[in-house]
Amino acid sequence: MSEKQNEIKASKYSTSQRVGRIFGWLIKANKKYGAEWWILVAGALIILFIAYTAIFPWTLAPYNPLDQNTGPQLMAPGPGHPFGTDNLSRDIFSRMIYGSRTILGVAIAAAILSSLIGIPLGLISGFIGGVFDRVFSLIMDSVYSFPGLILAIAFAAMLGPGVINITLAVSVVYIPTYFRLVRGQTLTIKEEVYVEAARAIGAKRSVILGKYIFPNVIATVVVIFSLNIADAIMTEAALSYIGLGLPAGIPDWGMDLSMGKKFLPSGTWWMITFPGVMIMTLALGFTMLGEGLSEILNPRLLER
Amino acid sequence: MILILLTLVFIILRVMPGDPVSAMLGGHAPEKVIEQKKEELGLNKPIALQYLDYVDQLLHFNLGNSMIFKQKVSKPIKEKLPATIELTLFGMLFTLLFGIFLGAYAASKRRTGRDIGIRLYANIVYCMPVYWMGLMLQLIFGVWLNWLPISGRTSARIMVSTFEKTGFYTIDTLLAGNFHAFGDVLLHLLLPSLTLGIVLSGIFVRLTRANMLDVLKSEYILSARARGIPERKIVYKHALKNAFIPILTMLGLQFALLLAGAILTELTFSWPGMGRLLMERIYLRDYPTIQGVIVVFALFVSLVSLIVDILYATIDPRVKY
Repeated sequence: MSEKQNEIKASKYSTSQRVGRIFGWLIKANKKYGAEWWILVAGALIILFIAYTAIFPWTLAPYNPLDQNTGPQLMAPGPGHPFGTDNLSRDIFSRMIYGSRTILGVAIAAAILSSLIGIPLGLISGFIGGVFDRVFSLIMDSVYSFPGLILAIAFAAMLGPGVINITLAVSVVYIPTYFRLVRGQTLTIKEEVYVEAARAIGAKRSVILGKYIFPNVIATVVVIFSLNIADAIMTEAALSYIGLGLPAGIPDWGMDLSMGKKFLPSGTWWMITFPGVMIMTLALGFTMLGEGLSEILNPRLLER
Repeated sequence: MILILLTLVFIILRVMPGDPVSAMLGGHAPEKVIEQKKEELGLNKPIALQYLDYVDQLLHFNLGNSMIFKQKVSKPIKEKLPATIELTLFGMLFTLLFGIFLGAYAASKRRTGRDIGIRLYANIVYCMPVYWMGLMLQLIFGVWLNWLPISGRTSARIMVSTFEKTGFYTIDTLLAGNFHAFGDVLLHLLLPSLTLGIVLSGIFVRLTRANMLDVLKSEYILSARARGIPERKIVYKHALKNAFIPILTMLGLQFALLLAGAILTELTFSWPGMGRLLMERIYLRDYPTIQGVIVVFALFVSLVSLIVDILYATIDPRVKY
């Protein structure tokens, strides 16, 4: 009797069933949300994979990314070097894996930083209104309408190279994105009946802002956050491509790309192909995640 | 808006470490020489006064003098701006060509393989770094196939001084009647503007498709179909015209993106425009020139949004000001 019970217990937790259940769950989600669900899953998978390479690069990379003795210089992809070697005979495959750490770190940190500044400002500005709101909106709008990259270039150039500096330069550009979104949402939610009710029973302004408005704003922010990371990735890569990003010695995709540019006339395609593909894939991953999320969380936000 | 940006840039440039005097004289210049130079350039005044001086100059359409070179800021900008505008306009042409046509086509073939393919193209292209696209095109068409030049605005053997007038080489060569040079200029323009156009077309494909889907559902399209007008004419004539207004709005908004893309494209293709000027002067810490470039960019963006507003009225007769 007890043996039979054990068998049942074991079969309940067997791998095949577990996989089956996951598939069943996925199919159910597919029925509910359609193609958007698969976009979300694909985006999440890309991000998970690259995040894995960023967190545990040594499990995948065959060489140290800074090692200048891995083989001949400018070797085309082949055995031992799946992505070839660069002009200093460093292994490009290892550099791609270690480089994910830099770009992912900077992009996520920058997105968090700009949301930490933009969200509270937007909340307060939308809630208080008046002159305060008008001044902040004007500043944010003018920054928003200006080409972000040029602003980031100016900041990065003045701050000088460095991981923290580039993060700051990228984050400044995206503060208005959060500000505008959150302010707009706050303005709408402020007029809702439940906020009026809260006001009627004498809730403090800080409570209304924190407990009634903020939780309703945050759902839209999640989507923008993901799309914003994709943008930040492109900006970071662009900054380090034009040589304003990071000090030498940190493996970075944008920098590898600008290095590859110098050797382009000699036809070393592997030096530019792989960094570019990596940047694009990572940005695509976050864009897909964001679009999938937007469809599922709030289908009316990004209609166009 | 321009003033706010200007103030911001002014503050960034003055507050951040590093100054042009030490960049100009080297790190080991004697204290006295540095002081003298600072006084000459007006850098020893309080920041507020420097700012007021600057705004005053600007109101008189004077961008000031370069701190590093003995020249007016407006001189290099005047030389480089046409190159950037030429690149941007041609890039925009390709963007609209690809974006609107593909978007309209995808909408008319909704939910088919071609539609999904075009949407995929739009998403991938949207996430593609513009300089990477440029590098790949350079590699394929410039290095491997050797069809197109990969850098500069003209070949070395073309004498620019024989036709240069406005700075827009396509116009200059035509005015001078030099068709050989015109062809050369167009060839040089092709890869950079194609790069810019393809990368930015993604967003317009998506936008056009979404708008076309809306429009195609409307009643006048149904009535056009009922009258037996060919489907192609319905899609590209009746529907596209009405899907155009949101696209125009987007064009105004995306212009900033186009400019940023132009800077990266310029750096990739060694295009002697504003982007390269900005980068060169950033390394030299030439404040007035950096400010000047940014002012011009801001003016450019504002001007485009004005033009878009005017275009509304011409396209949609219901809009009146």
